[in-house]
Amino acid sequence: MAEKMKSPSVPSPIGESVPRLDALQKVTGEAVFTDDLQFGADLLYGRILRSPHPHARIKRLDASKALALPGVKALVTGDDCKDRFGLYLKDRYTFCKDRVRYVGDPVAGIVATSERLAEQACRLVEVEYEVLEPVLDPVQGAQDGAPLLHPNLKEYIVAPFIFPQHGSNISNYFKLRKGDVEGAWSKCNVIVEGAYRVPHVQHVPIEPHITVAKFDHSGNVTLWASSQSPFAQRDLIAGSLGISPNRVRVISSFVGGGFGSKAGVSMEALAVMMAQKVPGHPVKVRLTREEEFYCSFVRQGLVSNIKIGADEDGTLLAMQTEFYWDAGAYTEYGVNITRAAGYSCTGPYDVPNVWSDSYCVYTNHPVGGPMRGFGMPEIHWGIEQTMDQVAQKLGMDEKEFRLKNCIREGSITPTGSKMHALDLESCILKAAEAIDWGKQEPASAPHKRRGKGIAIMWKAPAMPPNAGSSSIVRFNEDGTVSVGIGGQELGQGSHTVAAQIAAATLGVPMDSIRISYPVDTQYSPYEWQTVASRLTWSMGNAIREAALDARRQILELAAEHWDEQPDDLDLHDGQVISYKSERSEPLKNLVVYGLPKEDDSGWRGGPIIGRGMFMPNYVSALDPETGQGPRAVVHFTPGCQAVDLEVDIETGQITLLRVSSAFDVGKAINPDQVRAQMEGGVVQGASTTLLEHLRLENGVPVNPNFTDYRIASTVDMPLKTIPIIVEVPQDDGPWGARGIGEHSMVPTAPAIANALADAVGLRIHDLPLSAERVFKALRDKEAAT
Amino acid sequence: MTTHKIALTVNGIQEQVEVPSNMTLLTMLRERLGLTGAKNGCAAGECGACTVMMNGEPVNSCLVLAVEAEGAEIVTVEGLSNENGLDGLQEAMIEVTGTQCGFCPPGGLISARALLDRNPSPSEDEIKDALRGNLCRCTGYVRILESVKQAAKGG
Repeated sequence: MAEKMKSPSVPSPIGESVPRLDALQKVTGEAVFTDDLQFGADLLYGRILRSPHPHARIKRLDASKALALPGVKALVTGDDCKDRFGLYLKDRYTFCKDRVRYVGDPVAGIVATSERLAEQACRLVEVEYEVLEPVLDPVQGAQDGAPLLHPNLKEYIVAPFIFPQHGSNISNYFKLRKGDVEGAWSKCNVIVEGAYRVPHVQHVPIEPHITVAKFDHSGNVTLWASSQSPFAQRDLIAGSLGISPNRVRVISSFVGGGFGSKAGVSMEALAVMMAQKVPGHPVKVRLTREEEFYCSFVRQGLVSNIKIGADEDGTLLAMQTEFYWDAGAYTEYGVNITRAAGYSCTGPYDVPNVWSDSYCVYTNHPVGGPMRGFGMPEIHWGIEQTMDQVAQKLGMDEKEFRLKNCIREGSITPTGSKMHALDLESCILKAAEAIDWGKQEPASAPHKRRGKGIAIMWKAPAMPPNAGSSSIVRFNEDGTVSVGIGGQELGQGSHTVAAQIAAATLGVPMDSIRISYPVDTQYSPYEWQTVASRLTWSMGNAIREAALDARRQILELAAEHWDEQPDDLDLHDGQVISYKSERSEPLKNLVVYGLPKEDDSGWRGGPIIGRGMFMPNYVSALDPETGQGPRAVVHFTPGCQAVDLEVDIETGQITLLRVSSAFDVGKAINPDQVRAQMEGGVVQGASTTLLEHLRLENGVPVNPNFTDYRIASTVDMPLKTIPIIVEVPQDDGPWGARGIGEHSMVPTAPAIANALADAVGLRIHDLPLSAERVFKALRDKEAAT
Repeated sequence: MTTHKIALTVNGIQEQVEVPSNMTLLTMLRERLGLTGAKNGCAAGECGACTVMMNGEPVNSCLVLAVEAEGAEIVTVEGLSNENGLDGLQEAMIEVTGTQCGFCPPGGLISARALLDRNPSPSEDEIKDALRGNLCRCTGYVRILESVKQAAKGG
């Protein structure tokens, strides 16, 4: 889709580090987030009574004392819920009907005149539970005879590419068989096996979830929500209410961090049901920081068993992986994470014989959902450590081993399709070089040890095959342009990139573009969800199509006016120009009012509105028995991180000296923002590697606050981060662009673990690599020798 | 609930507000004065999104009762810029792309302003220390530090 710009005196903004369009608003406090909206005196507040048990039956619920409290306006319970909802598997009610399945499961909602009063009323609701045996481990939960969380699983409505195993806790089983794994082991000179565990972590957006919902008297619903998915919410909420999506309006201002936690529907449905009881009143529900930790989505836990074999030359021959996902009480979204893990099961390697089983297991833990990386940080944790050990057993340099075996253009992926053009080798070489790979460097003190490690990754957007984007480009009277989009600005910079794509396609200056915002499902064009690092690619294509549509209309109008051919005309610097007659006309003279006919017999043209959409049409189904198919995904973004660290052997404390990141993004529309994603991803990755673990003791979260669940602050960041851009264009990306947002935290954990192994010869299979865990492992190692 | 009439200065303007005893400074700023720049991220003094300047010192406004601010001089993010333009820190943050989602800068900028007011040429470690209570989940802090360094250089 390369654009021919014939005489570029105004430089194209594509590939330029254009400053963020929203920066001024965000540094002055002017940027509006959902909690900043003012609703006046009609505003009511909702609070949720939540289950204290991981698994129990609700025997009796009595809210009479709560309802008697002055100022309490309404009560909602499971009795008010009609249908189950969910993105890929409809397995949850908004409020529990008869059974609670995790600590935090919503049992009742109270609407009152203040948050404090609603909270007080919640404490007056009497609930009698019959405690049931919980499932607290995914491997045990997957066995026959485990207590069933969803005995009616076979009745649930499910997407065609998800395979629940009826009569078990397995809500999706993804099975992949490529080549002859059993036959290949005997040909391997080196085989390494290991089990690796990843605990639950939370996204921790600094803005907690918030929704304000209002039913008007005609039964139409408006939601003001901090949301990655206004359209998916409209659709799912309408479905759960049994009304048309046209009667649900979702308005979403800036989002104060999402990372997946604000995708799909979670607490928004609670606010809607509470508002339904008090028509005419907006009802505000905001999660407390404690609720944020375990009542919104968490990243699923994982138990992975990995076995990898290579021949004496260091060529990978076979790989077997088994993934047990600790997916929590409801897996409506999580099932697709376990599918993504299955079709990405080798990591970015060319492996001829592959066997993988990925099980999504219901447990009585918080609800697993999408989090930055969508399963990839979790599976790469074990894969990349095992690859390191294979290389070491072969006596090969870890970087060289990866260069030899990494995926290339034309390689056959685990699902049997041919890999598109990409350059992972350059990513490996550049990331390694940036930390002086191969050079032994001294530690800064006698009680410290220094080490270097490397890890590679790949990730595809995981979404339904037909996830679509659309855009509307409208010209204003003065030749400026309003660009309508349905994608969300979460901080990743999508507005700026959207404007760059529109400006470049329309040949107008950047400052002529204004992004129509906030997203409002009543006016904004459809966008599936702001997830999967898909906006630059998918929404970018839609914007480009819309701009091309507007451009075509303008060229046809001018061609008719000048009696020329549209092919001889172009848009440039806010004007329509003719290369043939060398005529030009500023856009402002024609894009709204049209042009007068020469003989004064009337006018031609009118307000220019371009429309565009993009939907991939080539993603195919996969065989449920083998996971094979023509094309599993739209594309993969690959990359590499290399880590240079020091570990204090007296405390176990790891200090990251240098972390380099190199990703093949196809084309960096805005290089500075691509680098910003890599920097932020490294620190979020390092934080989840060194610090984070949502501790669940018998299903009870014991550290849901920032004191006991630390995330990286300024003092935890690497001393140096080095972001590197590699560009091999994607055939169907705008100017060749692919996504980068999530990818930058995928290889961080194993790269750090591999560097730790290099420093002290320790191989740790569990996260996080906290000082305590590292210290104990060092002590145990010493005791053993 | 008992209410109290308090007088204080917010961003240079004299304000008189009637507040209940248990209302925090943050809630008063956001809901009574309409100053929604400072954010509520945890309500427990742990994330720093609600940081405002109180008599020249950065405080977590979610941990300060409004009545404690009687007679105080408060500066919020809205007060950093004025008719003469932006604070140097705001300019630097725009220039180096120091913000992504935009939820934490209102607090972080106040902590950074307080630092530069008492130490115009801080070292990198001093900057990190001054901002360690302002959590950011997006940027990895790289460009936040950069913006403070740049603003310090620019005086």
